[in-house]
Amino acid sequence: MPTPSRAWREFPQRYRLEAGKCKKCGAVSFPPRLVCPVCGWREFTKTKLAENGKVLTYTIIRVPPHQFADQAPYAVAIVELSDGVKVTGQVVDCDFDKIKIGLRVKFEFRKMYSEGEAGVIYYGYKFVPA
Amino acid sequence: MREVAVIGVGMTKWGELWEKSLRQIFVETALLALEDAGVGRIDSMYIGSMSPGLFIGQEHIASLLADYLGKTPIPAVRVESACASGGLALRQGFIEVASGLSDIVLVGGVEKMTDVDGSEATYTLGTAADQEYESFHGITFPGLYALIARAHMARYGTTREQLAMVAVKNHDNGSMNPLAQYPFKITVDAVLNSVLVADPLRVLDCSPITDGAAVVILSSLSTARKLKKPLIKIAGSGHATDTIALSSRKDITWLESTFQAAQKAYKMAGKKPKNIDLVEVHDCFTIAEICVTEALGFFDIGKGGEAVQKGLTSLKGKIPVNSSGGLKAKGHPVGATGVAQVIEIVKQLRGEAGQRQVKKARVGMTQNMGGSGGSALVHIFERI
Ligand SMILES: [Zn+2]
Repeated sequence: MPTPSRAWREFPQRYRLEAGKCKKCGAVSFPPRLVCPVCGWREFTKTKLAENGKVLTYTIIRVPPHQFADQAPYAVAIVELSDGVKVTGQVVDCDFDKIKIGLRVKFEFRKMYSEGEAGVIYYGYKFVPA
Repeated sequence: MREVAVIGVGMTKWGELWEKSLRQIFVETALLALEDAGVGRIDSMYIGSMSPGLFIGQEHIASLLADYLGKTPIPAVRVESACASGGLALRQGFIEVASGLSDIVLVGGVEKMTDVDGSEATYTLGTAADQEYESFHGITFPGLYALIARAHMARYGTTREQLAMVAVKNHDNGSMNPLAQYPFKITVDAVLNSVLVADPLRVLDCSPITDGAAVVILSSLSTARKLKKPLIKIAGSGHATDTIALSSRKDITWLESTFQAAQKAYKMAGKKPKNIDLVEVHDCFTIAEICVTEALGFFDIGKGGEAVQKGLTSLKGKIPVNSSGGLKAKGHPVGATGVAQVIEIVKQLRGEAGQRQVKKARVGMTQNMGGSGGSALVHIFERI
């Protein structure tokens, strides 16, 4: 079973949506990186992702990996946030037939899955209709 | 750089091989390739395998396989690039022979996928995606390609039926390949009525879970000339990477790594798309074949779906795609796939493809990719 450190070190991104803004070109990286993928610069300011965005593409997962067996079927989308960053996440609290390309969504903090009976419970972000 | 030839190929029947272990599948296949080449000595071996660690709990397989093939103490290397591991093994073997460091190199791919159940296999394949920012959210590989399919359909008007036609064509071809896991035909209706896996993709859009191996033997062209076999040269080799997270790409419908790898291979070979007589592409899902044929330059961007519908990619079309049956019908033992593609091209260029023979095939191409396109390898072969 994994130790909690693996989840713990992702808390700033998963719990607080922390991202890095390149001091040279302004590109926002999520998760934060050490090297800007756009211009190669290595200095960033800490920033927070925009909370709203729209669905670029989506699918309904009907054959899940084992950790998500109790949640299927569920929707997963790539969402383009209003700051231009693209993020993969589930779309919840929404009927599948209401999900469309272009649907406006916002982040919510949710439980993702748990690791066995006595294992770590993982939390993170999902999307709900805005 | 020396010129490099493929002098031997070996493949056994693919499928759910419950009675055979990874080492047995590999050794049986490697012996066929050595016999086909007519050589006993090899200088080294490269093995493509995605995840023996998770599929059978065994790492360090390069030495294991060298041992069971009776070839220790030659150097043996396992390479990994998810579903492109086999293509990567080919490139590493090519580089080693081209450099002059070795003269005869065995290149193999192997995966033993049915020792775990379906949900564990789905998890293992999912490790080729970004674990923290894709898999953490419950996305699967069918799911990632479904995201590509939905975007391609919305932007270019690619239809659900066109996706199905990819699977139908590949099964038509696969029905003539006795080594294929599913050597039978299917219909568009069967695809459209098969169970949903990740909307809009259904189970008959997906390549299967497969046990299998594929092995080729490479040598310098000068050594190859001494053997009594049609001469098949590796004319071009290209390899490129991209973000492994699909969401990090500028354009979700465009396979940049395949495009970049193809550009390098075309340049090395001095060829253009119109010079290619047939191609084996990585149709892990139906939408993948459509996007790949666009990135390789066979069709304009967004026209891959229409091309399938017009029959341009069928056996007698403008550019036959996946004459072997592709991953869809032949099976997809992940690490073996990139090597099996080479075997199909070599058989076609030798004129040994039987019922599915493409007439006057002289130049062939393989395209193998990892994950949702985070890595890609493209090779061009020429009969001389
Ligand atoms: Zn920058």
